[in-house]
Amino acid sequence: MQIIKPEEVLSEYYPPLTDHEALVEANRCLYCYDAPCTHACPTHIDIPKFIKKIATQNVVGSARTILESNLMGATCARVCPVQELCEGACVLGAEHKPIAIGRLQRYATDYVYERGIDVFKPGPPTGKKVAVIGAGPAGLTCAGELAKLGHSVTVFEKRELPNGLSTYGIIVLREPVEVAQAEAEMVRRLGVEIKTQMELGRNLSWDEVKQAFDAVFLSVGLGGVPMMGIPGEEYILDGLQYIETSKMNPESLKVGHQVVVIGAGNTAVDCATIAKRLGAERVTMVYRRTEREMTAYDFEYSFVKNEGVEFRFLTQPVEVLVENGQVVGLKCVRMALGAPDASGRPAPVPVPGSEFVLPCDQVVKAIGQEKPAVARLLGLETDKGFIKVNQNYETSLPGVFAGGDCIRAKGAASTVMAVQDGKLAAFAIHRNLMAGMGAAADD
Amino acid sequence: MADLSINFAGIKSPNPFWLASAPPTNSGAQIHRAFEHGWGGAVWKTIGAPVLNVSNRYGAWHYGGQKMLAINNVELISDRPLEVNLKEIRDVKRNWPDRAVIVSAMVESKPEAWRDIVMRIEDTGADGIELNYGCPHGMSERGMGSAVGQVPSYCQMITSWVTEVAKIPVIVKLTPNVASVVPPARAALAAGANGLSLINTINSIVGVNLDTLEITPNIGGKGGHGGYAGPAVKPIALNFLSSLGVDEEVRRYGVPISGMGGISTWKDAAEFLLLGATSLQVCTAVMHYGFRIIEDLVDGLNAWMDAKGFKTISDVVGKSLHRISDFNDFDLSFRAVARIDPDKCIRCNLCYVACNDTAHQCIDLVDASGSVVPPFRYDVHSNGKHEAVSTRPQPVVREEDCVGCRLCHNVCPVEGCIEMVEVPSGRASVTWRELTEKRPEVTDDWEAMKRYREEVGIDIH
Repeated sequence: MQIIKPEEVLSEYYPPLTDHEALVEANRCLYCYDAPCTHACPTHIDIPKFIKKIATQNVVGSARTILESNLMGATCARVCPVQELCEGACVLGAEHKPIAIGRLQRYATDYVYERGIDVFKPGPPTGKKVAVIGAGPAGLTCAGELAKLGHSVTVFEKRELPNGLSTYGIIVLREPVEVAQAEAEMVRRLGVEIKTQMELGRNLSWDEVKQAFDAVFLSVGLGGVPMMGIPGEEYILDGLQYIETSKMNPESLKVGHQVVVIGAGNTAVDCATIAKRLGAERVTMVYRRTEREMTAYDFEYSFVKNEGVEFRFLTQPVEVLVENGQVVGLKCVRMALGAPDASGRPAPVPVPGSEFVLPCDQVVKAIGQEKPAVARLLGLETDKGFIKVNQNYETSLPGVFAGGDCIRAKGAASTVMAVQDGKLAAFAIHRNLMAGMGAAADD
Repeated sequence: MADLSINFAGIKSPNPFWLASAPPTNSGAQIHRAFEHGWGGAVWKTIGAPVLNVSNRYGAWHYGGQKMLAINNVELISDRPLEVNLKEIRDVKRNWPDRAVIVSAMVESKPEAWRDIVMRIEDTGADGIELNYGCPHGMSERGMGSAVGQVPSYCQMITSWVTEVAKIPVIVKLTPNVASVVPPARAALAAGANGLSLINTINSIVGVNLDTLEITPNIGGKGGHGGYAGPAVKPIALNFLSSLGVDEEVRRYGVPISGMGGISTWKDAAEFLLLGATSLQVCTAVMHYGFRIIEDLVDGLNAWMDAKGFKTISDVVGKSLHRISDFNDFDLSFRAVARIDPDKCIRCNLCYVACNDTAHQCIDLVDASGSVVPPFRYDVHSNGKHEAVSTRPQPVVREEDCVGCRLCHNVCPVEGCIEMVEVPSGRASVTWRELTEKRPEVTDDWEAMKRYREEVGIDIH
C-alpha cells in the first residue's frame, strides 16, 4: 500500500515563481494607463505599478504598492478568482495569455514576508482606541489600516490563531497556514494587539467593549454549516471542520474509502480535493442544482475534475444510511429545475419516486454557513440575516461598524471583498474619530 | 530566387553577408565553421602590432528583459602570433575559394610597418585588406585605430602607404567617433581606397554595477571606455552610411561600401542595402546566437527581394538614398494624423498617456455613449472583469488637433492599430528653404511668422 504523506499531497500547488520567471512575466506587462486590471480588483491595487517594480527589481516597493491597497495581498495572490477579476480584465487576454498577476503578486508579497521586511510604520498616535471583533481578513485589514493612521487597535479573536478562513478554511494546497500567520504578524508589528480565544458573549462582554473603545468594527464572519434536517445528519461531517483538520492536524484526519461531499461551492470542492488526495478511492460531489448554478469558481471546478472527483447534479440527499454506527450510504432523490426561486435561480424540485442510494462510508457537507449570531446578540438591524450597514460600513448602532462575510447580503463572499470592506471601514472610522478632533480626514 | 552574389571592388562572395572583424573571426577553425554555415565572407580579426588582452572584456546593455541590445568591449586586435594568423588565413582561403576572405590590419603608423603587413597578407592569397581606423580603445591610445580615423590627414597618409604597394583591394574602415564621417572618407578615397566600411564601434561606458559600484565590465576594480555595438547602434550606423551615400564627392569615386552596425536580421540587412551598402558585416548578432543565423539572413533577404521583384543585390543598393534629405527640404504642408482602429485597439491607453503627458493632448477617452470622460473615473465599489472591460472608454484621436507627431503610433503595442494617415492640409507645398528665401523675415520675427501663418491657415494651439 502506498503511504500518503499529507504534507506532500496537500502542499501548496503552485510553486513560487523563480526570479527569472517573475522578471520575464513582469516585462511582458504593457503597463496600461488607468489599467482595467486595477479597476477589476475589488481593492484596486495599482497592478501595472507593482509589476513594473518587479521588472525594475524593486521588489520591496512592489510589495508596498500591493499592500497599500490590500493588506492581505499575500492571501489574495493565492485565493482570488483572478480569472473573474484582474487577469480576466487584462488587455492581453483576448489574443494572448493574460499576465499572471496573481503569481506576480505572490512573488512580491512573499519576498517581504520571507525576509521579515516591514513596509509600513504605525502612524503618530491619535489617542483613539478601536476594538475589532474577529481577526479574519476584514478585521485584520481594518486593524492594520487604523494602526497606520495612528489609532490604538485591539482585535478580539475567538479562535486560537488569527486570520479566520485564511488560516482555517482554505486548503494548504492553495494557501499554507504560514502565509496567513505572516499577514497577522505584520498587523501585530503595526502595534495592533490581537487577543485570541476571546469571544463576544462568552468571555468578552459587549458593555466592556463599548466602554473601553471609541469605535468598534465587527468582522465576525459567518456561523457553522446549517442543518439539513435529514435523518442521520449527526453522522455528516462539517466541511469547514474537515478542511481545518487537514491544515492543523492532517495526520488525525480520517478519510473514507467512498466519500460523498454535499454542496458545490469552493469549500465543497476543497473538501473533495482533500478526500481524493488523502486516499479516498471514490469521491462524489452531490448538488441539488446543475453545473450552471454551482458557486465554485470555474478554475476550482476544473481543478477538482482533474483530480478525479465525480459529480451528481440535480441530486438531493434525504437520509444518511447507517449500520452499526457506520455510514453505509446516502439516500438521495433526483431533482428537476422548476420556476425561479428567491435567489433568481431555477428552484430544484424533487422527482417523485426517484430515490436511490449512493454507497459511501463518509459524508461531508459544505452547503454554506449560518448567518452571524452577533447581530441578534447586539440587536443590530439585518438584511437577509446579514448585518446591515450604510455606505460607510456603519451598523444601526452609531460608532459600530461591520464588514466582511457578515455583511455580504449581496454577491458572493470572498477574501478580497472582505479586505476592501476592512479598508474602507477603517477610513470611515478614522473620519468619524478625527472629525471631533478638528483634524483633516485622511482617506 | 534572387541572385544574392556580390562583387565588392573585385572581391566576390556568394551572398553579401560577411562576418565582421571581431572575435567570431579570431581563428581559421571558426571561419571554417562559419563558411560551412553559409557565410559569404569573413573579415579576419585585425592582425598587426603585438598586444596583450585583459579580462573581463565584454559588457552588455540589456533592456526590458531582452538580453544584449548592445555589447561593449575592451578587447584588442588579435593577440595570437602573426605567423599563426597568416598560416590559417592561407589555409582558409585555399579551402574556400568562392568566399571572400579579407584581412583587417592595424600596425604602427610607419610606412614600413604598413608595407610589410600588406605584403604578408597578400602572400596568403586573401581577397582584400581592411584598414582598421576605427578601434576606439587600447589601440587608439597607441596612435592607431580611431586615432587615425578621426584625423583625415592621417587617414589619407596611411591609406596611401598601403595603396602604393597593395595589389588586392583596400577597404578603409571608418570610426563613428567623429562629428562627420565624410572628411575621413574623402581622405581615404583621395589616397586610393577601393572601398569603405562602417561603422566601427562607438565609445561607451556600458554601466555601473549597483552592488559593487564597479564599472561594467570590471577589470581588476577598474573599467573604461570600450567599443559599443549591436542592435542599439543600428540607427547611428544607418545615418553614417547614408551620409556617405549622399555626399557628392564620395559618390564620384564610385566605390562600394560595406555596411555594419547592429545588423541582426534580414530586415536590418535590407535597410543597409537600401541606404547604399553593397556588402554587410555582422558581429554582435553572431556573438549572441552563433553562426547559424546566416540561414535566415539569406532566406529572409531572398524572400523579400523576390516579393519586391529585385533580381540582384545591385538592384537594391542605394534604392532609398534619393529620399535622404534634410529639414530644409521637407514639405511643410505635408500633413498626417493618427487614426486608431477601434477593432484592433486593446485599450491599454498607452497612446492616451503618451499624447496627454508628453505630446499634444489630442487623444480623448470616449465612453460608450460618445462622451469624453476622464481616466480613473470608476467608483471605488466598482470591480470585476465585466465592469472593468464593459465600461472601459475608447481612446479616439481629435484629428483636427493632431499635429501628426507619431508618438502614439510608436508606443502602441498592437501591430497596425494606430496608423498615420495622410490628409490634405489645404496648403500649397512649400519647404523651409523656399519659404525663407521668399520671406526671410519669418526666421527672426515672430510677428512676421504670425502673419504668414494666418495667411496660409496654420493654427497652433
